[in-house]
Order: sequence, then structure tokens, then C-alpha cells
Amino acid sequence: MTVTFPQRPLPWLLLLPQLLVTAIFFLWPAGQAVKQAFYQEDAFGLSSEFVGLENFSHLLHDPLYYASIGTTLFFSFAVAFVGIALALLLAVMADRVMRGQIIYKTLLIWPYAVAPALAGVLWWVMFDPSTGPIAVWLKSMGINWNHFLNGNQAMTLVVIAATWKQISYNFLFFLAGLQAIPRSLIEAAAIDGASPFKRFWTVVFPLLSPTTFFLLVVNLVYAFFDTFGIIDATTSGGPGQSTKILVYKVYDDGFIGLDLGSSSAQSVILMMIVGVMTVIQFRYIERKVQY
Amino acid sequence: MIERRPWLTLFSHCILILGIIAVALPIWVALVASTHPAEAFKQGVIPLWFGDQGWITWKKVLFSAAGNGVDVPVWLMMINSLVMALAIALGKIAISILSAYAIVFFRFPLRMLCFWIIFMTLMLPVEVRIVPTYKVVADLSLLNSYTGLALPLIASATATFLFRQCFLTIPGELVEAARIDGAGPWRFFKDILLPLSRTNIAALFVILFIYGWNQYLWPLLITTDDHYYTLVMSIKRMVSVAEGDIAWNSIMATTILAMLPPVLVVVGMQKLFVKGLVDTEK
Repeated sequence: MTVTFPQRPLPWLLLLPQLLVTAIFFLWPAGQAVKQAFYQEDAFGLSSEFVGLENFSHLLHDPLYYASIGTTLFFSFAVAFVGIALALLLAVMADRVMRGQIIYKTLLIWPYAVAPALAGVLWWVMFDPSTGPIAVWLKSMGINWNHFLNGNQAMTLVVIAATWKQISYNFLFFLAGLQAIPRSLIEAAAIDGASPFKRFWTVVFPLLSPTTFFLLVVNLVYAFFDTFGIIDATTSGGPGQSTKILVYKVYDDGFIGLDLGSSSAQSVILMMIVGVMTVIQFRYIERKVQY
Repeated sequence: MIERRPWLTLFSHCILILGIIAVALPIWVALVASTHPAEAFKQGVIPLWFGDQGWITWKKVLFSAAGNGVDVPVWLMMINSLVMALAIALGKIAISILSAYAIVFFRFPLRMLCFWIIFMTLMLPVEVRIVPTYKVVADLSLLNSYTGLALPLIASATATFLFRQCFLTIPGELVEAARIDGAGPWRFFKDILLPLSRTNIAALFVILFIYGWNQYLWPLLITTDDHYYTLVMSIKRMVSVAEGDIAWNSIMATTILAMLPPVLVVVGMQKLFVKGLVDTEK
């Protein structure tokens, strides 16, 4: 127990700024979203009518909503999986080399600082069907690349852009995890005659599993909520619905489609998803302390 | 090194170099693209070597107008971005350190309730409650203003948690000693807590600066006046013009300028950046 100060009004004064901002810009709008989710507004926003759970039941019977859930899951797991695999490969290699480690690290971590929207635009240009160097190269290989028409290709593009930005983050955490593994364990395995490959799968990788799990959760949260900019600056959810992830759909239905009831119902569902993910993240951190 | 395996080491270097090239490739193409005239893109593939128009494009983008429907120069948007990033970073640090101080070093009724209220902001990213938040800011007539850009993003559970963790490690004896020496709460905060959390503040600042600079959706929604555009969101306005008229060279130059400050911060303050990254995830 820490020693404390006895003053009474002071702590409230200290808390006041944060509580005010939280109440005005977080709790109040969140409350509005919850309330709005039970109302149906007419197209001009003149009147609204209480409709109970209708917005939700509408959503749950909407094939487009399920399509968006599917898109989000595919997108998130693709980003998490590819990002983690590539970052692990790079981190293991960087952990091995003696010379130039700092230079490699520096040259690999900077994409973290690039805004998702900018990452999207950069890769958009690389893959532009008529002028992008990669698209032209693919064409010479016999693959007809056009993400304006082909939904799978548009999805590939946003996955690449989102992964590119996230690899640096995963890399840093894997490198730290690898450097925390006691050398003696690896030496013992080496003396027993295990090859580097075998050592990795039987000693290193299992010891890294807390880091991997942690990164999986963080990457999923990232792909769910922080990739809005990538989608918006490039595909805008298209072609068709092929890259319309849930976060984008909330914005699209609310601001572009002006269907506030449905958008708010989606917000409420998303808030629940964030809640669950936050709890998972915190539960896991408690376990890490024991480990 | 556990054993000598020169081929494996060589292989490692190759993989790392390949990784670096793959990561840097889009920047290379963007740099090259910004040095060619806009017409070059209509004829075919983006050339892979520098052209001679770089100086003209960069000067135009930086000082006259970014182009593609954005009428203000990049330097102005850079200032907007800087104001927003600094306001968010410093604002978050200021209100979080105060509230963490209150929660750790004082006992008062409803203390845990306050803590949970702050905790809830973790669960509510802007993207999730976008429409009602926009409404609140519009009602407060904060659209197109610096306050509107920064204030709604200032509350942060992460920073409060970080400071709380850091304060909890401060031994009670220190507080007792300070009190016996006659230090009040303010004196203790100023002369003991702030100096002790200096590296934490710096690490957090690096992370929050990047966070603030890279804000996208929020500025996109609440700024309609070019003079309040931030650099990152202006890209969206620039790529939204009709397909045939896009001047990719100025977009690429703007993109590079938009990512430059946070990238420099990460590279230049690598130690603090890594510390901040690890700390904020706890």
C-alpha cells in the first residue's frame, strides 16, 4: 500500500480534465450510439422513432453484413498471419547475425511510423494496373492484375499494405523475445546435436509462444480497427463489397449512406468486440507476469 | 554465436537484405515518381530511375499548392499536423499524469469508479463511435478548428495506465520522507514525481506524437476548410479527383513529406521509441 496524501478536493481537481474529456467525447457519444441503435431516423433526420431491436435484427438478417464480417475475418487473419510469419523470419535472422544488427533493425522498423492511409496509397501506386511497376511485371508473367475489377486482387493489395506497416512492430517484439531466451538452453540443445532448424522448432519457438500469442491479439485488433485509412484511401471498400471491413461499413453506412440506425447498431456490436478483445489482452498479460 | 556456420550466416544476411529491400521498395518508387512530370504516368509504367522534374514538383508542392484540388501548400498542412500532433501528445501526457497521480497517491470515495471510467476509453476507438462523436463536436461548433482536431483524441487510458504502473513502483518511504520534510502534494509532484518519470514521459511522447501525426479519419471528417487540413488526410482529398487528372508526381512528393517527420522521430529516437512501444502495450 502506498502512502497517500490526505487532501480531499485536490484529487478531484486532478482528475477533472481527464474525466471531462472522457465524458464529453467518449461516454456521451457512446451512449448516443447505443440509444441511436434502437431508433430509426427518416432520411432527412427530421424525426426518429423508437424501433426496439429492429436495427439489430435487420443487421442479423442482412447478407451484406455477414459478408462484411467474413471479409473482416479473412483480412484480419491474413494480416496477422503473414505479418507474424515474415516478422519472425526476419527477427530470427537478425538475432543470428553479429554484424550490422543495429543497421538492420533501424532499416526494418521505420514503416511503423507511416500512417496507414499513406501505406495504402504507396502500394496502390505500386500495383496500379496500367502504370504500377509490380502490376506491369505481373502482367508480363501472365497475371492480369486489376484491383479495380477483381475483388480478390483488391483484398491482396490491402493485406499487403496493412502487413507492410505492421511487420516492423512484430519484428521488434520478436527480436526482444528472442534475446530474452537464455543462451544456455540453446547451447545445451546444440551440444546434444540439434541442428539450428531443429533447435528453432523444439526450443526457441515454444519459448516464444507467449510473444506470438500476444502479437496475434495485437495484430487482430490492429487489422480490425486501425486499418480504416488503408481501405478508405485506396479501395473505399470496393470493388463491390470485397474489401468492406466492419469499421469501414460503420462509416460508410453512417456518413455516406446516412442510415444512422444501422450504423449505430453496428457501432454497438463493434464496441462489444473491442471489449472482448481488450479483456483477452488483459487476461493474457496477467498470465505473462506468472510466466 | 553457438557454432560457426558461415553459409547459414550468409543466408541470414541475404534474407535481411531482401527484407529491407522489400520494405523500402514503395518509398523508392514514390521518390522516383515524384521526379517525373505528371504526363509520364499517362504513357505507361512508372520509370525506375529519377527524372529531372524533381526540383519543380517538390518546390510547387511545398510552397505553392499541393495540387489535385488541395489549394494550400504542404508547409501549411505540415504546421497543422504538427500543431495537432503536439497538442494530442502533450495534452494526453498532461491529463494522464495528473489523473494517475490522483489515483495512486490519494484515497477518496469513488476512486475505483473513476479508474474504470477512464479504462472504458480503451474500448472506444474513434472509428467505432464516429457518427455521435462528430455530432458532439459539431454541436460544440468545433468543426474546422485546432481544438476540434485535438481535444476529442486527448483522453487516453493507455497513458494513464502507464503512469499508474510507474507511480506504483515508487516506494512509500519516499512519500513519507517528502511529507516529513514538509512537502505538500504539489511540491512532491513537481520535485519528485516529474523528475522520476522523465524517461517515461519522453518515451510516451514519441509514441503519441506518431499517433497524433498519423490521425486520419478524424481530421478528414471535421475539416472542410483547406486551411485546417492535416498532411496525412490531405492525401485522401488528392486521390479523390477524377482518375485521369491525378497528378501522381505531386501526390508522391506529398506522401513522402507526410511520412518524413514521424519516420525521422522513430529513427532518431529509436531507444525511446522501443521503450514507449513496449511500455504502452503492458
